[in-house]
Amino acid sequence: MVEPLLSIVGLDAFHGDAQALFGLDLALQEGELLALIGANGAGKSTLLRSITGLVKHRKGMIRFRGEDILGLPAHVIVGQGIALVPEGRRLFPSLSVEENLLLGAQVARPGPWSLQAVYELFPVLREKRKAPSTSLSGGQQQMVAIGRGLMSNPDILLLDELSLGLAPVVIRDIYALLPKIVGNGLSVILVEQDINRALSVADRFLCMLEGKPSLQGKPGDYSRDQITNAYFGT
Amino acid sequence: MDWINIIIQGILVGGLYALFATGLSLIFGVMRLVNIAHGDLIVASAYLAYGVMQLTGVGPLTSLIAVIPLAALFGYLLQLLVLNRTLDKDILPPLLVTFGLSIIIQNGLLEIFSANSHKLNLGSFEIESIHLMPGVDIGYFPLLTFAVAVAVVFGLQQLFYHSAIGRAFRAVSDDPEVAQLMGLNNRTVYASAMALCLAVVAVAGVFMAIRANFDPSMGPGRLIFGFEAVIIGGLGNLWGTLAGGVILGVAQALGAQIDPGWQLLSGHIVFLLILAVKPQGLFPKGAA
Ligand SMILES: Nc1ncnc2c1ncn2[C@@H]1O[C@H](COP(=O)(O)OP(=O)(O)OP(=O)(O)O)[C@@H](O)[C@H]1O
Ligand SMILES: [Mg+2]
Repeated sequence: MVEPLLSIVGLDAFHGDAQALFGLDLALQEGELLALIGANGAGKSTLLRSITGLVKHRKGMIRFRGEDILGLPAHVIVGQGIALVPEGRRLFPSLSVEENLLLGAQVARPGPWSLQAVYELFPVLREKRKAPSTSLSGGQQQMVAIGRGLMSNPDILLLDELSLGLAPVVIRDIYALLPKIVGNGLSVILVEQDINRALSVADRFLCMLEGKPSLQGKPGDYSRDQITNAYFGT
Repeated sequence: MDWINIIIQGILVGGLYALFATGLSLIFGVMRLVNIAHGDLIVASAYLAYGVMQLTGVGPLTSLIAVIPLAALFGYLLQLLVLNRTLDKDILPPLLVTFGLSIIIQNGLLEIFSANSHKLNLGSFEIESIHLMPGVDIGYFPLLTFAVAVAVVFGLQQLFYHSAIGRAFRAVSDDPEVAQLMGLNNRTVYASAMALCLAVVAVAGVFMAIRANFDPSMGPGRLIFGFEAVIIGGLGNLWGTLAGGVILGVAQALGAQIDPGWQLLSGHIVFLLILAVKPQGLFPKGAA
């Protein structure tokens, strides 16, 4: 079997003295969309932040294209091709919409994504390109956050709670665009609270409970009850 | 006409104070660092220019060709090797370290150049002036100082809002963590900001040293002027900082008319009054 694009073996991660991930294993294949589900505090964000180098205090192995990236600083990892759309969007408030997007292209990796391509995906952002990012609605801010992540032309896009705080119609619109986002063979780890939403778009899922995997497989492999039990640990 | 003259001279001196202040404002804006050694770095730049002039025989303004890059390089390394290590959630370490740096610079200068004062000589340009009206003469040099201050503020403003490095400065200031996700190395961005700060400091030091005598003990006083100008103008607003410098300069000039001893005092009083009435400064960030 070919080596996965991203493979994580025995990952421990800590916030200060508190351990948040316990010997976690994960493999992401090229072009795959993996849904990461789990209750509040399960460690989903910690996992994504560990992959991108934001959580410094970790042990174990994270290999990307066969290279160990665990020791690399966050600003180097994005240059290698892993981009994070962080929980809560975290746009730069003193930058305009377009400046936020341009900053995403800071690492200047070649690929299909450019300002033009992002504006074609989210036409409303073109109208608002000069506006301060804080003046946008939540959904529009999420579009900027996604666009900013895409601008680095990543091989892996990590999406942390796209639907957080958004109205259902807005969530539906954003998910409707997901195929266009992942269309170029992008590999994705999608974190989502809404199990149904996540499983409906995923090739595979990993359910986490208290820093460890509690269930994984294809969405069709398990019954609704089995997944719910893994989610709540019942 | 006397009063007009006094106010005009005050405004022009304000340009020098703005030069003292912009670097402070920049550094605080980008990385929330208060550099206690800022004034001493200004004085050290004056001595550096003095050294370059002794060595090469060039004039003070020409010496800037060497002094600006040297100061910028020093700033870059200072940030990268020393100050970055002090940056954390806690505000105390940078204060302590830059306070120590201030003492080191003062004593180092004293050791090398003695306590005697020096002055950088610009020749007849220093005493020539434009005769505006009876009793009102504008010196070429104060006018040049003010023009340079305006140019520096304008240049920094352009850089801040219309360049990739300016975008990086604003991004790390907004959210240093997410800035890393954009591929920015915060440590080198901070170092670039400090290099830029020291480039302005070099200009400030040379203009200060042409205007009047300087000696190793003058740093803390320049820090206070710069600090007051920044606070009067409002943090994070460079045009506000220029206005703050001008207000400080005018207040001092008017105070000096009442009594020479009142020159510095009236500047401090105006600073405290503005702080009491508008704690955010006159032109806080976002208002411009
Ligand atoms: N910065 C932090 N400092 C200390 N503890 C943290 C920090 N971030 C997360 N934790 C703790 O680590 C554990 C995992 O949190 P994490 O944010 O990864 O969970 P999550 O699955 O993303 O939850 P949510 O669905 O609420 O986003 C939790 O117990 C949380 O309290
Ligand atoms: Mg989370």
